[in-house]
Amino acid sequence: MRAKTVRTGLLTALAIVLALAWAFPVYWMVNSSLLPNVALQSTTPTFLPFGGSFDNFRAVISDPGFLSAIGISLAVTLTTVAAALFIAFLGALAISRFRFRGRRSFILALLLIQMLPAEGLFIAQYKMMSSLGLLNNVIGLAILYTAAVVPFTVWMLRGFVAGVPVELEEAAMVDGLSRTQAFLRITFPLLAPGLVASGVYAFLQAWNEFTVALVVMTEQQARTLPLWLRGFVQASATRETDWGQVMAASTLVAVPVIIFFLVVQGRMSSGLVGGAVKG
Amino acid sequence: MSAPQPVIVTDEPATGSGSGGPRAESPAPAALPARAKRRGRRVPLLLIVPTLALLVVALGYPVCWQLATSFKHFGMLQQFGQPPEWVGLDNYKAIVTDPDLWAVVARSIAFCLVSALTTVAIGGGLALLMQAVGRVTRIILQLALLLAWAMPVVASMTVWVWLVDWRRGLLNWLLVRLGVDAEGHNWLAEPLSFFVVAAVIVVWMSVPFVALSIYAGLTQVSTEVLEAAQIDGAGGWQRLRYIIVPLIAPVLSIVLLLQLIWDLRVFTQIKILQDAGGVANETDLLGTFVYRLGTGAGDFGTASAVSVFMLALTVALSWYYVRSIMKEES
Repeated sequence: MRAKTVRTGLLTALAIVLALAWAFPVYWMVNSSLLPNVALQSTTPTFLPFGGSFDNFRAVISDPGFLSAIGISLAVTLTTVAAALFIAFLGALAISRFRFRGRRSFILALLLIQMLPAEGLFIAQYKMMSSLGLLNNVIGLAILYTAAVVPFTVWMLRGFVAGVPVELEEAAMVDGLSRTQAFLRITFPLLAPGLVASGVYAFLQAWNEFTVALVVMTEQQARTLPLWLRGFVQASATRETDWGQVMAASTLVAVPVIIFFLVVQGRMSSGLVGGAVKG
Repeated sequence: MSAPQPVIVTDEPATGSGSGGPRAESPAPAALPARAKRRGRRVPLLLIVPTLALLVVALGYPVCWQLATSFKHFGMLQQFGQPPEWVGLDNYKAIVTDPDLWAVVARSIAFCLVSALTTVAIGGGLALLMQAVGRVTRIILQLALLLAWAMPVVASMTVWVWLVDWRRGLLNWLLVRLGVDAEGHNWLAEPLSFFVVAAVIVVWMSVPFVALSIYAGLTQVSTEVLEAAQIDGAGGWQRLRYIIVPLIAPVLSIVLLLQLIWDLRVFTQIKILQDAGGVANETDLLGTFVYRLGTGAGDFGTASAVSVFMLALTVALSWYYVRSIMKEES
């Protein structure tokens, strides 16, 4: 009995240590973002943000580079979300409401395409965009992003569409609604959670994406937020960096993402692991 | 919110659009059955047209261009406008025979294997730990993992670059306290320590997904079976080896596969560590190598061949994954 208590105690301690290890970089980012440069450049690190201020955040927000990057990121991301939801919704309707020839191959293709690495395609996409004159163009990047997120979005929405029984729609039609009316009044509201979850998924992908943006947005003025953040790291290779500001900038980029992520995490991971964890 | 919700998207095949025939058919049986039937056949095809069009333009065309370009040679002359010449399999031969190219391929595969296996091992360990500890501790651990998982890649990279910074990074400060002579040591300057740093970061980022997925699998293992085994005298290790692992094998193989695919294509982490001071040509993996060859050197032929190799490897690895997902579908 004693041995068991000791064992549980040790395991709990181990779990807490590991939790701290995983959360530490996030804590360190927020902590440093609140500290003045004097504290960050001293030889002894400051572990708690006592006497900290929001000066770093103020400096970042007034940086014209940040404002331009946030504008570009928002434009690309919102375009991607809108386009991906619209296109994927139609696709999801097709595969969950109809049985048609080529349906299986279509799903198979979607799943395979979803696995294709951007890193194995970006050179060709770069050449394509440059010959279309779409380098450094918000629409150009949004097209590539939409194509990247649509396969998984179709897959994710399909589950939600299939979850709304057709019988509901049919019952409404028996009661005198047209097919379109039945769809808009009955099915569509029931799909709202699915659309929100898929929209957030597309948002996170486009907001965080780095690789394709790096290749396609070559000019300084066309930088998205991740590219702008990377600019700081590049600068740190050659000279002393204002880490307080970098961390404030990272925090600003990360906080909305973390909140959104916590909302949809369960759905995203279950989409990835599929039925493998089904009881 | 803290615990993963394993079965939300997966729909039971029985509900929804279960039985065979086209669903668009109007329920009014008398009205024009032939037309309705024809429409029923055409509607789903119209619905997938936007998806198909987008994928063909943004992914299909580049794949084909890449495949064609991988058989061409781009050199000095092509930079001045000469059309590239067809060289057959030369670019692919170079991947296998050219020591520099081969080194990149070998490094990528080694990095991928080491990171993926470490991630799954640590993730599995954390999942077991989550089961062994009390509720509160488990939720704390899950929240910490979710926090790390939620971080945008580039934001976490800036933190990591700062943590390992050679001037005032926390890592060197800690090592000096522990009595290691690490004052002013630049971990990114040498390839080996560069890859150790990169692997630590990649594992840190990937473990949450693996740990939470395996934990979700573990919660499905019935306690009765485990108790029965215990009564029959099976020790902890035996229960793990002969009962738990076989029962959660599907989850384990899927997360390992996904991890292999994702770690093969690792780009952002390597690129940003290179930006922060790594020596590019000694630390290139497939992604950064293609990037440098293509956008930097303009050698689209070799870049395309390496990309095609990467795509082929990914598709081969994905095949099993996609098939196992498709089984759920039908």
